[in-house]
Amino acid sequence: MTTSTLRVAQRTPRRIALSQKLGRWDIRFSPYLYISPFFLLFAVVGLFPLLYTGWVSLHAWDLIGGQGAFIGADNFFWVLQQQKFWIALRNTFSIFLLSSVPQIIIALVIAAVLDTNLRGKTFWRMGVLLPYIVMPVAVSLIFSNMYGDKYGLVNTLLGYVGIPGIQWHSNPLASQFAIATMVNFRWTGYNALILLAGMQAIPRDYYEAATIDGAGALRRFFSITVPQLRPTLIFVIITATIGGLQIFDEPRLFDQYGTGGANSQWLTLTIYLYNLGWGQLNFGRAAAVAWLLFLVIVLIGLVNLGITRRIASNEGRKS
Amino acid sequence: MKLSRRTTAVAAIAGAAAFALIATGCSAGGGTSAAETTKPITLTLATFNNFGYDDALLAEYHKLHPNITVVQNKAATSDAAQTNLFTKLAAGSGLGDVEAVDGDWMPKVRKYGNKFVDLASADNKGRYSSWKTAGGTADGKQIGLGTDIGPEAICYRSDLFAKAGLPTDPDAVSKLLTGDWKTYYAAGKTFADAKTGAAWFDSAGATFQGLANQYKNFFEKSDGTVVAATNPDVKAAFESVLKASSTQSSHLTQWSNDWSAGMANGAYATMLCPAWMLGVIQGDTPKATDWKIANVFPNGGGNWGGSFLLVPTQGKHTAEAKALVDWITAPAQQIKAFKVAGTFPSQVAAYTDPTLTGATNAFFNNAAIGKIYIDRANAVKVTPFKGTQYGSIMTAVQNGLTRVETGTQSVSDSWTQVVSDIKALG
Repeated sequence: MTTSTLRVAQRTPRRIALSQKLGRWDIRFSPYLYISPFFLLFAVVGLFPLLYTGWVSLHAWDLIGGQGAFIGADNFFWVLQQQKFWIALRNTFSIFLLSSVPQIIIALVIAAVLDTNLRGKTFWRMGVLLPYIVMPVAVSLIFSNMYGDKYGLVNTLLGYVGIPGIQWHSNPLASQFAIATMVNFRWTGYNALILLAGMQAIPRDYYEAATIDGAGALRRFFSITVPQLRPTLIFVIITATIGGLQIFDEPRLFDQYGTGGANSQWLTLTIYLYNLGWGQLNFGRAAAVAWLLFLVIVLIGLVNLGITRRIASNEGRKS
Repeated sequence: MKLSRRTTAVAAIAGAAAFALIATGCSAGGGTSAAETTKPITLTLATFNNFGYDDALLAEYHKLHPNITVVQNKAATSDAAQTNLFTKLAAGSGLGDVEAVDGDWMPKVRKYGNKFVDLASADNKGRYSSWKTAGGTADGKQIGLGTDIGPEAICYRSDLFAKAGLPTDPDAVSKLLTGDWKTYYAAGKTFADAKTGAAWFDSAGATFQGLANQYKNFFEKSDGTVVAATNPDVKAAFESVLKASSTQSSHLTQWSNDWSAGMANGAYATMLCPAWMLGVIQGDTPKATDWKIANVFPNGGGNWGGSFLLVPTQGKHTAEAKALVDWITAPAQQIKAFKVAGTFPSQVAAYTDPTLTGATNAFFNNAAIGKIYIDRANAVKVTPFKGTQYGSIMTAVQNGLTRVETGTQSVSDSWTQVVSDIKALG
């Protein structure tokens, strides 16, 4: 009896200790375990390719022949010396600005309209999302046809009102504007719905109070809706930035060759990367462009972060 | 690139070509010695657009080799096939047992000759003209067997010719255009002076292709050294085409939507016309009735395009695949493909086959396309050397021509940029 009680007594604390330890581990490590699938996946499909691309960019690397000699940063120097790289960078920013700015403004307006008491709400909301579910390739093909220099729909319509046809495929700004419209067509509705979701989270009391104070619809929009939407707007702007800088489908399908135009009028960084890697089969240089693009996006991301922090602290002061 | 739609062309021709079909009794030597296995296997044949290999042809092979089933994977365009080939070649797996390669990007593939099986055999020795054989050769190895070729003639709109007071009968037009490029441009001047509202030719880019295919070492020396920027022939061709283009071209970049629409709207009267172009014209202007073909080409002859079949070493059944390629590129089979899709055979023996020699095309006012293109193929005297950089250089030059035609740059500025673009390829 005594021995057995003793044994039990001896054993029990040990058992408690183990389960306690497990419990503590559970609390301490389980959350990491639960989120680990994302990071494991990210390591495989995100981090590894990123680092491997860096490794490739330091070599003479043929797409098919494979790894060549280690040449240090030569690929980077070569790319940075190419006028085309800088033209591509300029075009990328130009298309990004031409698409993102009007896109977010229009999305904001559409969201505000959808936020009012419309009949058939679901119909309108689904309607704005429709362009988003159309294949980008199909959109590009249709738009490219519309923007024909001589027989395109847009120039024909302009002709009716007496405006001479615009050279969509030789004027840099015109070609970039045309590509920006394709991007806007696709993404405006999507952003409008995200903004709409943000708008619906704004407490209705604010509007009621403002209405009682005599604020008009416009005043309510600028003084309540826009400031309250800040976090959503930041999200939309950041995703639009990343997407905008990586734009590929639309410029690639803008003409029959897909290499960015005879005078690089709509050559973007991703198209330049593609031309180097798959056109000239020079994987090393393409990898260098990929890394430079990555650095540009990181840079813009940091700028975004700075602005976000500022806005966040502003909000803190207000409340 | 330029040839990406050529097979669309070829596909379109199939429906309309009303050939007098002569039931050919000959069924060609099927049993090749290379195939070893008797176990049932499946071979994948990767082509693009339409090579004219229909189900009946593949079934015929199955009959000859009951253990082999051939499955064809068709890519939509030559460009899609090119990307697919290079990506999977880089990956080291995933390619078909047999891969089709466009003549336009064959030079790039030839650089990787060690990734493909040598297809030379007693059966296919002397099957092609020497230049087609050379096009499929890498390091002395026959890595590609030719399917079709693109001998060039001149296609023209007889209604526009009549308007300008030029002869409309194909024989008379052939006589008018017999000579060199100066003769062609001189006729163009007569046409332009008549002010019909249409242009003489479609684009500087397309016309330049015709010239480029008439020099042995246009862009590159035979050892692969790039000479495009310094070769006086290139600069002269660039300038002469653009000089003619200023008054005789419709300035519609080839393969653009505007170019197709321009063809339908009668924006230009003549086009350089490789065999596969017939289908392009027919596809873009299905209702036109005035297209005719003149059995003539400036400076004699020229070949533009044509494809090859290759067997990648990464395949599991390379011996069987090799036997299939040998069989399907034999004259008898290529004539069948020609009947299906209009792909003009590259096999010399086919040119004496009555099915081919008697072929006519109703769309082109019953032009004797068989005879015309056999003549045009025989007129090809020069084998242009196309090295690994040929495609990239051609793109740079074509961009230069487009810049001038769209009014973006002057001829000399554009040439300066072509030179710097070519240097950037190195």
